[in-house]
Amino acid sequence: MSDTAPGAYLSVERLTAGYGGRPALVDVHMDVPHGGQVAIVGPNGAGKSTLFKALVGLIPIRAGRVLVHGRPPGGQSDPIAYVPQREEIDWGFPVTVQDVVMMGRYGRLGWLRRPRAADREVVARCLDELGIAELAGRAIGELSGGQQQRVFLARALAQEPHVLLLDEPFTGVDVSAREALLTLLAQLRAQGITVLVSTHDMETAAQRFELVALLNGRLIAYGPPPSVFTPEHLTEAFGGQALFVGGMVVIDQCCPGHVGDGEEHRHSHEPHARPR
Amino acid sequence: MIAWLTDPFAFEFMQRALLASLIVGVLCSVIGTFVVLRAMAFLGDALAHAILPGVAIAYLIGADLLLGALAAAVVVAVGIGLFSRRGGVKEDTAIGILFAAALALGVLLMSTVRSYATDLTHILFGNVLGVSAGDLWLTGSLAVIVLVTLIALFKEFQLASFDPVLAHMLGKRPETLRFAMLILLALTIVVGLQTVGVGLVAAMLVTPAATAYLLTRRLAAMMAVSAAVGAASSVAGLYASYYLDVASGAAVVLVATAAFLLAYVFAPRRGLVAHRAARRAI
Repeated sequence: MSDTAPGAYLSVERLTAGYGGRPALVDVHMDVPHGGQVAIVGPNGAGKSTLFKALVGLIPIRAGRVLVHGRPPGGQSDPIAYVPQREEIDWGFPVTVQDVVMMGRYGRLGWLRRPRAADREVVARCLDELGIAELAGRAIGELSGGQQQRVFLARALAQEPHVLLLDEPFTGVDVSAREALLTLLAQLRAQGITVLVSTHDMETAAQRFELVALLNGRLIAYGPPPSVFTPEHLTEAFGGQALFVGGMVVIDQCCPGHVGDGEEHRHSHEPHARPR
Repeated sequence: MIAWLTDPFAFEFMQRALLASLIVGVLCSVIGTFVVLRAMAFLGDALAHAILPGVAIAYLIGADLLLGALAAAVVVAVGIGLFSRRGGVKEDTAIGILFAAALALGVLLMSTVRSYATDLTHILFGNVLGVSAGDLWLTGSLAVIVLVTLIALFKEFQLASFDPVLAHMLGKRPETLRFAMLILLALTIVVGLQTVGVGLVAAMLVTPAATAYLLTRRLAAMMAVSAAVGAASSVAGLYASYYLDVASGAAVVLVATAAFLLAYVFAPRRGLVAHRAARRAI
């Protein structure tokens, strides 16, 4: 986010990633321009989360490479921030909103170092930006789902990232939180932060993103929505789950048979806000 | 009343007992916050029992029992860490295997000793009244090492416990921190041996921290409250042991358990009463 930084530019070069046996993701190749926003879509188990985890180094890359500004990520100058799915967070942990957002600064703080005034300023700014400043002293477990999401978005922004990865941010939040997130994405575009969003929400992907990547173990299509959402590509990605009714496409991905891979379609099952 | 409070500490061995109890109470309770938050209760229990072969070997060769326990605890902690690294078996499986093996080895070695009488029973059940000045020095030094490490690396341990994924991304080496935590845990258990014994040290690692979990909303506060509960339980247990003539280690643990039950029912946010009230409000 610093003004002197060159344009963020993420390139994924022929990436193959995953544990043992058959890799979850094979030969994915895509370039994301500076400040570009990409929706990553695909059926359950298509490798959307695997792609993110490979990008941040949580899953071994077996072939190919990832470049940010033409260099491998990992240095402090080109951080990639990652907002995990809400199921991956321990909401009972005794931390306040302020504590969580401050964790975004830890990468810039050496071992044994305490946060400085500059770090507290960044945290305050990020809390403000997401409209949760008044929640700073609350425990994260006491918040609603939408508020909890904003805490983790604020933490990601506190990392001052050049690339931001959001894993299923539209899942399990209500309509107003969804709109707030889309507004935030517009602000991030203005700041030149490159954003990758994995989602089940094809409609949002088609209408609100300039670029879409369709995955199913490999990259089936990548580009502007009209060029990606073609009957051929969708059939390739979803097989029999894709139904073509008149000019409309219906994707049936809400069956019990798919539960358990961490990417199931939850919109209809999850309570939208959970005040405690 | 004052006399009632000061009477027990007219004896030097009681003063040493008080000091040792306080050190152990605070130390176990503070590191216990991580045991509770990372669901490592089983690990604490396993480590406590796994020191048995170390003690038995030390006894057989005539070495210091605490040093034997320390060596065994560190070996087991490192073993658990190695076996459960990515690609190996799950951590609870690794713990189960090492726990059983160490316990069996300990029993096997002890069965070769015909008259192990007092020394070994003290290690097993603790004898806070028998703490020597030398024991106190060892206990104190280990406690300082563990507490200073926890405070110095507070930020890193907090991050690695709450979100190991972010810790990894930020270069904070969660795997290394987990090893460090296992070693600190091993040191703590050895420190606790002399006062509350093997069987009860696991309880002191969990109960005060679980009490504090119910009462606080920040990690630092949880540590402080846990330390207070641990210290208070230790002192109260010692008085109970003096006036009621009961085993001190057991008394300490039962006082801590009573504190937990109170918190479980009456804690402001997470207690039973608060939950009921919240449900009625809806």
